[in-house]
Amino acid sequence: MLKIENLTVKFPGRFGDFTAIDAVSLSVAAGEIHGLVGESGAGKSTIGAAIIGLLQPPGFVADGKMTLGETDLRSLSPEEAHHLRGKRISMIFQDPQTSLNPLMTIADQLIETIQAHEDVSTAEARDRSVALLEEIGIENAAARIKAYPHQFSGGMRQRVVIALALCTNPELIIADEPTTALDVAVQSQVLDLIRRLAKTRDIGFLLITHDIGVIGQITDNVTVLRGGRLMETGPTQKVLRTPEHAYTKSLMAAVPPLDRKLERFLVPDSDIKVSDAPGLAAPASRSAADAEQWLTAGTRSVGEGLGMSGVTVRFSGNRTSLFSRPDAFIALDDVSMSVRPGSVMGLVGESGSGKSTIAKVLTGLVQPSAGHLSLGDADLPPARTRGRKDPSRRLIQMVFQDPYSSLNGRHRIGDILAEPLWHYGLEADAGKRRDLAAAILDLVGLSADAIDRFPHQFSGGQRQRIAVARSLLARPSVLICDEPTSALDVSIQAQVLNLLKDLQARFGLTILFISHNLAVVRQMSDDVTVLKSGKIVETGTSEDFFTNPQADYSRELLSLTPGMPV
Amino acid sequence: MAFFILKRLIQSVFVMIAVAFLAFSLFRFVGDPVSQMTGVETSAEDSARLREELGLNDAFIVQFGRFTNNMLHGDFGYSYRTRQPVADMIAARIPATLELGTVALLISLLVGIPTGVYTALRPRGFVTQAILLTTLVGVSIPTFVIGIMLIFLFGVQLGWLPTFGRGGTVQIGGWTSSLFTFDGWRALILPAVTLGVYQLTLTMRLVRAEMMEVLRSDYIRFATARGIPYRSLYFRHALANTMVPVITIIGLQFGGVIAFSIVTESVFQWPGMGLLFLESIRFVDIPVMGVYLVVIAFFFVLVNMIVDLLYVAIDPRLRVRGDG
Amino acid sequence: MLARLIKSEPVYLFFRSPAAMLAAIVAILVLGGAAFAPFLASTDPYDLSSFSLMDGLLPPLWEGGDPRFLLGTDDQGRDMVSAILFGARLSLTIGLMAMAVASVLGVGLGLAAGYFGGRFDAIVMRIADIQLALPAILTALLIDGISRGVLPPAIHQDLRVAVLTLAIALSLWVNFARTARASVFVERNKDYVQAAMIMGQHPLRVMLRHILPNIMGPLLVIMTVDLASAILLEATLSFLGIGLPADSPSLGTLIRIGMQFLLSGEWWILWVPTLFLVALVVSINVLGDFLRDVFNPRLR
Repeated sequence: MLKIENLTVKFPGRFGDFTAIDAVSLSVAAGEIHGLVGESGAGKSTIGAAIIGLLQPPGFVADGKMTLGETDLRSLSPEEAHHLRGKRISMIFQDPQTSLNPLMTIADQLIETIQAHEDVSTAEARDRSVALLEEIGIENAAARIKAYPHQFSGGMRQRVVIALALCTNPELIIADEPTTALDVAVQSQVLDLIRRLAKTRDIGFLLITHDIGVIGQITDNVTVLRGGRLMETGPTQKVLRTPEHAYTKSLMAAVPPLDRKLERFLVPDSDIKVSDAPGLAAPASRSAADAEQWLTAGTRSVGEGLGMSGVTVRFSGNRTSLFSRPDAFIALDDVSMSVRPGSVMGLVGESGSGKSTIAKVLTGLVQPSAGHLSLGDADLPPARTRGRKDPSRRLIQMVFQDPYSSLNGRHRIGDILAEPLWHYGLEADAGKRRDLAAAILDLVGLSADAIDRFPHQFSGGQRQRIAVARSLLARPSVLICDEPTSALDVSIQAQVLNLLKDLQARFGLTILFISHNLAVVRQMSDDVTVLKSGKIVETGTSEDFFTNPQADYSRELLSLTPGMPV
Repeated sequence: MAFFILKRLIQSVFVMIAVAFLAFSLFRFVGDPVSQMTGVETSAEDSARLREELGLNDAFIVQFGRFTNNMLHGDFGYSYRTRQPVADMIAARIPATLELGTVALLISLLVGIPTGVYTALRPRGFVTQAILLTTLVGVSIPTFVIGIMLIFLFGVQLGWLPTFGRGGTVQIGGWTSSLFTFDGWRALILPAVTLGVYQLTLTMRLVRAEMMEVLRSDYIRFATARGIPYRSLYFRHALANTMVPVITIIGLQFGGVIAFSIVTESVFQWPGMGLLFLESIRFVDIPVMGVYLVVIAFFFVLVNMIVDLLYVAIDPRLRVRGDG
Repeated sequence: MLARLIKSEPVYLFFRSPAAMLAAIVAILVLGGAAFAPFLASTDPYDLSSFSLMDGLLPPLWEGGDPRFLLGTDDQGRDMVSAILFGARLSLTIGLMAMAVASVLGVGLGLAAGYFGGRFDAIVMRIADIQLALPAILTALLIDGISRGVLPPAIHQDLRVAVLTLAIALSLWVNFARTARASVFVERNKDYVQAAMIMGQHPLRVMLRHILPNIMGPLLVIMTVDLASAILLEATLSFLGIGLPADSPSLGTLIRIGMQFLLSGEWWILWVPTLFLVALVVSINVLGDFLRDVFNPRLR
């Protein structure tokens, strides 16, 4: 039905035309779910935009053929192309929070879309909309249709978005990361819905995603992209299980499995060769050895344990009425947890479960309203009483989720790395601070000349290495990692996970590893704690949790997480 | 929603109290009120009696309370310069300024919003570039220079329009209006355009910036991907969302309109509050200055309350609570 | 360092924008002319003995004027070129000083309000609300009015430039405070700021070393735009007869004087300073617009 041959998309720029898509061919049949997978910069979304004719200017289709049925998509006039949008091809965007016009009711948006393409009465369009919403799983649709988008929850909103894409009965729907912004439970419902629609309505889906689990769960065929080039295409089961292309092979190797724990990941090289990832540089390198010696000189061989008991965090809500008290939001409810010295504790839960609040309580950013914290044998003072010179400020270090925002973009790497040395008074001499900064860069696998550059000159994975290096220079005993790899591509994620594993083994760090990704947690942690709505659901050793979960909620989480095809 | 309005109301009252306090401090501390009201020949005894009568020996907070209370009852004190009640002086000047300001604001909105939308929809067109350049020059020319240029062109060279005063006025109740005579409108055109031009450029640039931001939003892209007709896309979806931030700023701009009316009134000798304020500054006529401040702040707060209500009318997120 | 600067995005865009380049040339010429006015001007317009009534009302050179006076003279016999150079010097001095005071005050309060939030933020923002209800011209007029009432006339004359600067600065700080605060709200939740807070760095260090460099873009735009506003405001106040007096004329005062000749034939006395002022402000605003586009590429 949809046929693309040798599609080439270019973006004219300051340094000549940039080829975003280079001679890609693929086809989607009616009723087929075709996955388009690749890491950031692979050009997945650009292909989707080119098909529907909404490339961001100044991008343009430079070459190739695109046909939908008998229609040549490239020869359409702008008016014809606009009329075709919605009528025959529709699109679903990533974030349901921003995809709907906030000022119009769901009914108005649905009816307008239907009437834009078909000559039907408003009453008829409304009836059809209600029926469609019901089909898509919105209860009491006749009443709910009068609501505004902000009155729906995230998952329901994505259903409304799907209804809008569907209401004109298109032949093809391009879904651009439709579940990335959703929690696993909602994700699995939305994926089920897409699969059902493909089957019952014979709609072709082009499903764009970076998540190989999603690809494995619902697509029939898959196309793997990298840097705008097609790497491999074929039936999903075949491509994922027995990949032929070297890149696909390395990509599959980098995906953390849910069902077993790997010691190390294999990481795709820049020249698409599979190799053991550089986690820590071998101590053979002289400066790396210096750095390692310095790091271990002042610290104990095993990190200290971390404990919290009865911790409750309450945020006062916004006042919305004069007469009732503002609703307090309880982010953590009587949470007790302990991380054994030198071990890795995985902390899992869906968004809003309070995972990050725990990190903020431990690092002294959020004041708990009740409870007690401890570090090793000593008390850990909560935010309000933790002085600026408190020893825990050095002993507990944090690695953040987004490496693009965790490094100050206006500071050079050397200054960023020297800051903890200066701040904690670990090294008085500026020259020595600089040497150490260079040495630690070597240790985490970056070249020492990075020291004079700015963060924006590095990739996400390199920045995350720098962020880890910065936290190491405090000579910490506890590392709190809040979703440290969620913003990274799988291959980069594999590198950073290897690095963290090596560090933990070499320096005996105690690590609290926070993640929503169960497969990643399985690879990293000795123990696991599951959090739901601010309460602890289950805690125990990692092996027990993954092989024999106790709580219903844990079982549900595990079963809904899309795994690799076995 | 009621809480939102109430919160804004409380904030407005707070602003009014602060401005009243400013006006009172002016009256009380800038120069000595008694020596302003008495002449050289007044005896020390008379001065002391006047001081007692005015309550200037009472505690500061009592004096402020009385000042505020008097104001609420329409007693704004007496002018040092003319010895008339300030309330009458200001009241006589309010219609001229309000008519000027309103017409100027209307000009700025009626021209500014459409051009803002146009330039946002065709960001690279020749007409857009020309309009942008014109408005850039527009914001760079001081209001009084615009006034001078208009006077020079339409008053002096062409002789089409009067260059000072309000022209023919009609008395409606206590309101002196120039909106009901041809002559009045002729006199209003040049000052209103002068005052409107600056606001117009601001409005246009603001609408353009917000509209371009909205046009890049996910819901507009999604609506485009559904093939919603462009007319509805631009004017039903995008423009409505653009207006949410725009009306807030337009409310804030009203203060600017009133302020620049001082300049315009000075250039065109327009007998409004601004001209009165300028005269009172020259003669250090503190009571009139203070009351002018309070009146301006009141209009400002009033307009912004109306803006808040409009806001609620446009944005359902303030009207109905969500459950998700 | 220099090589990187030349290759950087803003510089590249600058050399591709004829409007920005032209504006920069005009601004630099005016700035240079103002800075070196004492050396460039043939006469000192503040010194009554340096010009003579005999040379009064001479038209510009191309209208058959005197070769000594390129742009003619005013009714006092003052050379117009000298008058506008010294006028621009005074206007720019007041504008730059007012902008500096307003930016230090506004950015300081905005940074602190955004960083600490809570009650301090509420207080600063309420003061800003009140300031908004009393727009720039009004504030400046009011401060001038108060200073007349409080200061003895002789001292008031001496302090005119200071009073004017303060009046303009006080009416412009809100812009800086609001922009800085809004930017800080965005920045303070970013991880690099959180990291500095976790380390226990001093709030001043977090604000000045970490946050401030990251919010300079929008502040730079406001600085440019507000410099233009400050110059316009000074001109307006002087035009209203409340700013600087006729014996030390700024551009605004020159325009006010020129207004008397609107109806007679001596057009240059009005239009020479007017065009000079407009050219200066237009070029500053063009540069401000250019900066805005650079820092907010989405509007390009």
